Amino acid sequence: MNDVTGMPQTAVVIGGGSEIACSTMRALARRRLTHVALIGRAGASLEEAAEELRGEGLNVEVLLHDVTEIAAGTEVAERARELLGSIDLVLVAAGFLGEADLNVIDDVIVARTIATNFTGPAALMTTFAKLLSQQGYGRIVVLSSVAGVRVRKANFVYGSAKAGLDGFAQGLDDALVGSGVSVMIVRPGFVHSKMTRGLSAAPLATTPEAVAGDILRGLEAQAMVVWSPAKLQWLFHVLIHLPRRIWRMLPG
Amino acid sequence: MSAASTSAITGWGRANATRAALHHVASRAEITSLIGGEGNYIARGLGRAYGDAAQCAGGAVIDLTGLEEIIDFDTATGVVRCEAGCSLDTLSRFSVPRGWFIPVTPGTAYVTIGGAIAADVHGKNHHREGSLGSYLREIVLLAPDGEHHCSRESEPDLFLATIGGMGMTGVIVEATLSLMPIESAYISVDTERTGDIEATMAALASGDSRYRYSVAWVDATQRGRHLGRSVITSGDHTPAGALNEITRHSPLLYDPRQRLRVPYTPPSSLVTPTTQRAFNELWFRRAPAQREAELTRLNTFFYPLDMLGSWNRLYGPKGFTQYQFVVPFGHESLVRGAIESLQRAGAPASLVVLKRFGAGGPSPLSFPMPGWTLALDIPLGAPELAETLDDLDERIAEVGGRIYLAKDGRLRPELVGQMYPRLEEFRAVCRRVDPEGRIASDLSRRIDLLGSKGHAEQRKRT
Repeated sequence: MNDVTGMPQTAVVIGGGSEIACSTMRALARRRLTHVALIGRAGASLEEAAEELRGEGLNVEVLLHDVTEIAAGTEVAERARELLGSIDLVLVAAGFLGEADLNVIDDVIVARTIATNFTGPAALMTTFAKLLSQQGYGRIVVLSSVAGVRVRKANFVYGSAKAGLDGFAQGLDDALVGSGVSVMIVRPGFVHSKMTRGLSAAPLATTPEAVAGDILRGLEAQAMVVWSPAKLQWLFHVLIHLPRRIWRMLPG
Repeated sequence: MSAASTSAITGWGRANATRAALHHVASRAEITSLIGGEGNYIARGLGRAYGDAAQCAGGAVIDLTGLEEIIDFDTATGVVRCEAGCSLDTLSRFSVPRGWFIPVTPGTAYVTIGGAIAADVHGKNHHREGSLGSYLREIVLLAPDGEHHCSRESEPDLFLATIGGMGMTGVIVEATLSLMPIESAYISVDTERTGDIEATMAALASGDSRYRYSVAWVDATQRGRHLGRSVITSGDHTPAGALNEITRHSPLLYDPRQRLRVPYTPPSSLVTPTTQRAFNELWFRRAPAQREAELTRLNTFFYPLDMLGSWNRLYGPKGFTQYQFVVPFGHESLVRGAIESLQRAGAPASLVVLKRFGAGGPSPLSFPMPGWTLALDIPLGAPELAETLDDLDERIAEVGGRIYLAKDGRLRPELVGQMYPRLEEFRAVCRRVDPEGRIASDLSRRIDLLGSKGHAEQRKRT
């Protein structure tokens, strides 16, 4: 069960290899978290995350699954529920940056980037939302991105997918009112991680640990939206009003 | 069949809502049929437990407030038999004009008898008269294994486990208890102001043995020299001879009215550090520095907050929690420590009450024990609150103190056994009457009150 300060005892991570997710689970383990199910594609990052979380004393289950395989979603969600008994928190962290250079991308890459960042997570999130609804309680935390708040040319495929996911999560939260289940949207800025390795950092860049800290504070404050760092909210208040001609000239 | 609706349900703190089928039952037969069905369930009274004690996510919440009849009353002995959904308000409106009052009352009349038993409530007279359980003679309990009529003579272990048992032994449907005779509906109140927390504790320690009722309202917004300045109110029932000209005409008149009501939930909490300080300043200043034998109505003395309906809405959409602990004598410094920790965390408590407990009762899960109890109402949402309270839990458990489960919304499960050393005894009774583990609340699941998680894991391993 979640406690009155928003701290879960069990959690499911969609995109179990995510560094932000791993940091968040580590931080939650210091509070009430005891059991976690990591859902993700087979690979080194998923195994590393599982090892690291076991090292924190967590009871970790690993479920191999690709979020773009929509048909297999129900089964993996059911399996997660069986393993955990009940699910207090679902962290949706699947995603990858991909490319946005027109010389590189094609229809397949665009479709795959959007499937991994939007369609896949949205579909599995729906399955979990129904499952939590049946339980009568639960919290869903969705990693969106400031890249989706205003899409820019440097990462427009990823950014537009996150914009879709962000909007979907808002609508889902509204649809869940009264069900005991709620959705919190997290909008990090530039995060130093595997996903952004080699890229030059944007202003107000942050780390997975800092985002995890903001997520915990958001849970405690019963926030609907968390910006990480918080200052980004005010920055984007301004940025969304820039004329497109100027916006498109921004570097990166 | 009972009227059922699916609702998101919270405790009095209005936070951490979970959804369950809410059954407003009107008869025992309906409860029996619900118990005969499937799934988890928990009984609920007037919903005054602050946390998740009367919630059951995904299961059934059985609302007992429809069963509120006073079945039997002996005017000679003051023994009353009533249905468990009867509120203290209903009971007092019946009994006070007849010269009898409930011997132990919490700070609100809007609790049911069943809920009061399940939380083994205490009042301002605990240092002399113990908790409500001491005045309970018999209960009728609908447990998963059938109906039980229990008392100190018949099934005493089930009787005691039910007192303070947070509803885990079954649905209490009827209770018989002894009331105390009173000559008037008034309390003669002495008031005293103290300058800081140490002075408050010294005054309570030296003075409360002289009074039946005694409690300190503590200003937890003050720092430094005035930290914990308080208004101590003490008193006893006014004998008929001590009434004045006006009150003598109808000495047992009891008709409390709700003056005001918070009509809706404001978009954000009205309880902020600024409003807290302002309110506390007023409250402290309007209390006389020293006053004796002021005639005060029963309800004004015991239930001042009942005059403001739905006051829990003042805390806005995020709600609040109450943190109530007791520490044994000799660990007085933790009282100051708790107030200071919350101030440092930027989550100063708004309404704080301090009192000395007397001897504890025989129930395995009853909260009171000899020592100091502090209850703090805290708005939720402050970023360091969870960690601060976790720290306090550890310090309280270390010195042999405990947290009151009826108020709890966040205790770490690992500490429950340490705080309640007779927990295994309690669990054994629960397993006997509910072998399948049908009864569950969000509270019991969250703090693993029944030890079912441990058992499930043992089964997995073997």
